[in-house]
Amino acid sequence: MTIIYKKWWKILAVLLVFYTLISGFLFKVPSKVILNESIRNVYFHVPVWFAMLALFGISVYYSIKYLRYGNETYDIVAVEAVNTGILFYIFGLITGMLWAKFTWGEAWSGDPKQNSAAIAFLIYCAYLVLRSSIDEEQKRAKISSIYNIFAFPIMIVLLFVLPRLTDSLHPGNGGNPAFGKYDMNNQMRIVFWPACIGWILIGVWIATIRYRIRNLENKTINKLNK
Amino acid sequence: MLEWRSKYVLNGLLLYVFATIFVCYLSFKTTQPIVWNVLFWIIMLFAAVNAVAKSFIQESNGRLLYYYSIACAPAIIIAKTIYNFLLLLLISFTAFLMYNLVFSNNLGNPLLYLITIFLGSLSFSTVFTMTSAIASKAGNNGTLMAVLSFPLIIPLLMLLIKLSKNAMDGLAGSVSYDEIGVILLINVIVVSISLLLFPYLWRD
Repeated sequence: MTIIYKKWWKILAVLLVFYTLISGFLFKVPSKVILNESIRNVYFHVPVWFAMLALFGISVYYSIKYLRYGNETYDIVAVEAVNTGILFYIFGLITGMLWAKFTWGEAWSGDPKQNSAAIAFLIYCAYLVLRSSIDEEQKRAKISSIYNIFAFPIMIVLLFVLPRLTDSLHPGNGGNPAFGKYDMNNQMRIVFWPACIGWILIGVWIATIRYRIRNLENKTINKLNK
Repeated sequence: MLEWRSKYVLNGLLLYVFATIFVCYLSFKTTQPIVWNVLFWIIMLFAAVNAVAKSFIQESNGRLLYYYSIACAPAIIIAKTIYNFLLLLLISFTAFLMYNLVFSNNLGNPLLYLITIFLGSLSFSTVFTMTSAIASKAGNNGTLMAVLSFPLIIPLLMLLIKLSKNAMDGLAGSVSYDEIGVILLINVIVVSISLLLFPYLWRD
């Protein structure tokens, strides 16, 4: 956990995101019908989803840790990761809807992956509702950790298995390969993967700041109670 | 088992389903095939939430303590799930007969439809038993049960509706192996996570 106080990866995150901002708009991209220049959105839309998944994954990891060791700070990490994940969910949805507006014609075209994303959002809202419905701290931490772990695999199925069974406008669905040979060329990859790492790091950074604030708040409350 | 002693619960549930079907019948009269299919699953969804929500909430504290002393946690979640599965199986098959009686509709592949109902009862029982346990620990709240379980059941429900649509259109069983496989797989995942997590929920 000491790594969250280190500076180097935060600097790296900022550098990577600035690099993708610049190179994402300036580098050459393959011209494709329908997509045209909007293909550059892949540098922003997809990495944001990756960051969301990473945050939800961290949250589940810390929920498991909480159940095993019963340390209260693990629960704070889990909930702050979910809060930040929801923020990134909203970014991902907005970038996706803008992109869909220009390429598929409508912001919400009933694509299976869009619908699945909306349901995944409901799951995490349910998690937050569950948390707010319990007053007792330890009980809240325990029950919400259990729900978090229970919901995560179902969300993975929802986002990555079900859309593949039906026809979808997203690449990688309806039997198409995702991130396949003809989706991206090497010139795009040198922007895309740094973008993913950069946004994941930024997401983790926001989550750690929120965690540290919550931790300080808790400490002050405990001090005042004494 | 536990709720079997209070027979009025079962009768109440059956009456609930029949009343719902009859209300739908009186307001729809006749339906198109797609509406027929979806309506059936929505009726089953609400019946299942009502049936399974009771499995933990209705238990008194003393009785929970008694179970705690005689059985280990995995045994209890398995027993509850099996009981709910049988209960839902009974309810859904009677509901299906009644539904077929009032809404006439020709099924292309009745066997596959029955298999779908079987899988549906299984999925509802596995997911709802665990969420009802969570909801009951969080303060016996009926709304919470719906909020927690609906997003989790949606993927299964979509698969079930697709599978039953295949059955209605009379497609051969081999077309639907994918869906059946995924439904079973999700159920296996859900049951195994329930087994892992329930002990933490159980000891207080």
